Amino acid sequence: MITHKQVELAPYREEQSQPPLNGIIWLLGALLLVIIPHLFRLPIWISISCLAVLGWRVLAEYHHWPLPSSLIKLAITLGMIVATYLQFFTFNGLLPGSALLTMMLCLKLLEMHCIRDAMIMVFLGYFLVTTSFLFDQSVLSGLYLFTVVFTLTTALIILNHPLATKDHQRHYLSLASSLLLQAIPLMMVLFILFPRIPGPLWTLPNDQTSAKTGLSDSMRLGEITQLAESHDVAFRVKFDAAPPPANQLYWRGPVLWQTDGRNWQDLSAEFPLRDLAPKYKPQFFGEPVNYTITLQPHKQLWVFALDLPANIPDIATQHFDYQLIAENQVDDVIRYTATSYLQYTTGEPWPFALSAALQLPAQPNPRTKELAQQWLRQGLTPNQIVNQALDLFHEQPFYYSRTPPILASDDPVDEFLFTTQRGFCEHYAASFVTLMRAASIPARIVTGYQGGEFNSMGNYLIVRQSNAHAWAEVWLDSRGWVRVDPTAVIPTERIETTLDSQRFQTTLSDALNAQQSDWITQRIYWLRSGWDAANYQWNQWILGYDANKQQQFLRNLGLYNLSIKQLLMMLLLSMAAIIIGVMCYLLFHSTKSKDPVIAGYQLFCKKLAKVGIEHQSWQGPYTFCELACKKLPHLSQQITTITQCYIALRYQSDRSRHKELFLRLVNQFDPRQF
Amino acid sequence: MLYKQLETAFFPRKHPLDADTITLNQKRIYILPSRSGLILAVVLFAMLLGAINYNNSLAYALTFLLISVTTVSILHTWRNLYKLQINIGECPPVHKGTMIQVPIAVNNPDTYQHLAIKLAWPGQEPTHIDLKPKEQHWVQLTTPAIQRGYQTIGKLVIYSRYPLGLFQAWGNLYFDARCLVYPTPSENKQLPPVNSYNNADSGENKEGSDDFTGQRKYQNGDSMRHVNWKALAKGHRLLTKQFGGESPNELVLSWHQTDKTEVEKRLSQLTRWILEAHQIGLHFGLELPHLQLPVDHGDPHLHRCLKALALYGKQA
Repeated sequence: MITHKQVELAPYREEQSQPPLNGIIWLLGALLLVIIPHLFRLPIWISISCLAVLGWRVLAEYHHWPLPSSLIKLAITLGMIVATYLQFFTFNGLLPGSALLTMMLCLKLLEMHCIRDAMIMVFLGYFLVTTSFLFDQSVLSGLYLFTVVFTLTTALIILNHPLATKDHQRHYLSLASSLLLQAIPLMMVLFILFPRIPGPLWTLPNDQTSAKTGLSDSMRLGEITQLAESHDVAFRVKFDAAPPPANQLYWRGPVLWQTDGRNWQDLSAEFPLRDLAPKYKPQFFGEPVNYTITLQPHKQLWVFALDLPANIPDIATQHFDYQLIAENQVDDVIRYTATSYLQYTTGEPWPFALSAALQLPAQPNPRTKELAQQWLRQGLTPNQIVNQALDLFHEQPFYYSRTPPILASDDPVDEFLFTTQRGFCEHYAASFVTLMRAASIPARIVTGYQGGEFNSMGNYLIVRQSNAHAWAEVWLDSRGWVRVDPTAVIPTERIETTLDSQRFQTTLSDALNAQQSDWITQRIYWLRSGWDAANYQWNQWILGYDANKQQQFLRNLGLYNLSIKQLLMMLLLSMAAIIIGVMCYLLFHSTKSKDPVIAGYQLFCKKLAKVGIEHQSWQGPYTFCELACKKLPHLSQQITTITQCYIALRYQSDRSRHKELFLRLVNQFDPRQF
Repeated sequence: MLYKQLETAFFPRKHPLDADTITLNQKRIYILPSRSGLILAVVLFAMLLGAINYNNSLAYALTFLLISVTTVSILHTWRNLYKLQINIGECPPVHKGTMIQVPIAVNNPDTYQHLAIKLAWPGQEPTHIDLKPKEQHWVQLTTPAIQRGYQTIGKLVIYSRYPLGLFQAWGNLYFDARCLVYPTPSENKQLPPVNSYNNADSGENKEGSDDFTGQRKYQNGDSMRHVNWKALAKGHRLLTKQFGGESPNELVLSWHQTDKTEVEKRLSQLTRWILEAHQIGLHFGLELPHLQLPVDHGDPHLHRCLKALALYGKQA
């Protein structure tokens, strides 16, 4: 019977259709990978709620739970936004921004139902991966996040396949990888030629995320009882010529002036003359040392240079105490070249600097002051007093220790000099400067890094956070500011760790050429050097690729002073060429079918074509079989058997059993025989 | 909507009707970003701004990678339709108000698979097709039968957004094919009064349908009462019992017997009568104002009569 019903068709919208379950599950997995790096950064309650929503959605998919009503969704969303505000008190800045974005991504899962929603989730996922890069651009994080992009792209493919089944899984993966691989040439051209605009487009929010450095802008004597042994890289240095001796490598950082007897800090921000340039340019002697520094981001204004820099990198200005200060906080890897001289005499300082270098509070450390007064009473010259103090550290049982005792008394310098006599660079520098000031010799503490490890694989010097150091500078009328490193006078046998004892020797430590180490240690060093060299190149070429590098690269290609217009033109032309290339590859690279059954049938058709029976592409196997049987009646039995075998193998579940037979039949089949 | 406007703006309809087989080539495949593709463009722009602002190399790299993947996906989506061959089959006649079933074959001559091909009338829910290498796939497209007579197939669209859904490639198919639509059968199943039965030959064998003489394969239109249900229950195919004494009761169904209302209602009534008469195995004829079909029986006759009704007052 025919049913009679009037049919009303609702207008169909492609974007509103239902995505396949398989695709949703992939999407949820990919989103989990996207948010994992953020979860470690975000407050714990945000991480837990995000994971909870994600888990709920997975269960909801399998159990067909309904999505929550809009009132509940609104309540949850508002609640989360308010809670985020209470956590950060702002939405401005990287961390609050990424927190909000991560949460929005997870909350969107509560209302994702049609394919458009699912695709927007994928796009948000891509966006969140980008924000991850703002926190971490290391090689490993780059690799991880590009894997995430691969997963997201696979999810996008599956979402767009309405008849998705598990059997296609391999196809999806290979399609995603070929899409990404085919995109790589285009991406490289864009990366290299896209005009790089220097400087931010709008002022970046000042992020208060702390960074691990071995340095800080203040020093509290005796409170740190264990020096952090961070092997993080502070910066890497490439010398144009051979590197100077290790005991000459003083990388100048923040200068500490003010003290209350225990704490040392920079001149306070209110100090009006703080940003002055040096009064006179120093006089330099000897050979210049040219080098390029790749500085890891440390979220401070400090720029390091070998003592004493003669020309200042563009990105920094020099203060009157020769410290280099960057124009912007160092949030990304930066590279700069500088020239330094190891021998110099500084000119006369600003008068205020000499008085600031004599500042000493009246109260604490009476015994230290008494010792300095005693030297003065003996009628020693400033030069002799400096030597007297160094002799003190050299001859008395002073030890270099990374785990010194706490200096708990109100007179920490006294306690160190006369009681504990164990400490690291800070103790020695602070005590020395206190002694000098008590003896009316202007003195200050300079912090920075000392030495470094030479990587002969990449031919550069690695300076790590564990190379952080503090030393002293004194003003001597005849010589200007003179560097004195009291730590360096401690004899080797009184240094507790071998690593530190190497620091003040003339030869640079080079892990690769370490003679005494055994084979395995050598391999480990070798791997470490290789890995660090890879990181160095990564920083040089990938992370440090900016407007300058771009110009440099184009100059190497023989293209000088391209305008932005010319650059864009070149970019478009290269892109067009690549797109045409990919197109040709897609159309003419015929993927040989790996299915032997199809290949067998093609052979069968080819054999028939030789006797004039062409297989038209619109003909199904049955139609073709009838046609061939009509033309070759004497072979009709063979033709029919082959066709039936083919249909059974191809369109029915019967797979393996007839395969051998089919292939044998096709091979034996010869339509030219009579 | 967007598509419709763009299409009429850029690609004015000049297509003559197509032959039976359409091969999708460069001239036939159009491609434009989908709405999701436009959303991604906005997201990518935001990512690019972020990369510039933070001067972040990996953000640049990811943005450029996604721009490139999007670009490459244009080629993939386009290729997903390229070279496909579409055939249209005969569509069986249906009654107005039911669904027309149009058989369409899509053939993949390539050695790679074409997935997520969609075939539909514009704006209607599509039929999804996955094509393995060298595979031909028949699908039935359905559309409501809205007009008595010949209903043209009209414009069909074959389209695909695979693999990434960011672009839609489509080809318009204007097949030279049409479907015959019979009138809707009226609800009134009452056949005309008994006096119009032409049982002049003899009335003696009215109960003659008791003499079972054999059975044959079921044909469309055979009476339900004569189906051999027992055999069907045993798993045999549908068989019709034949009765030797079956008298050829004849009936001429005439335009003038119907209530004098609208044309469509009268055609509906005649349609119903013909179906009923065929179903109970009567021999019948049809009289229309300008056409007379002599008394006959069987499927071809049924369809001849219904066709005459379908085309009543129309150009054939």
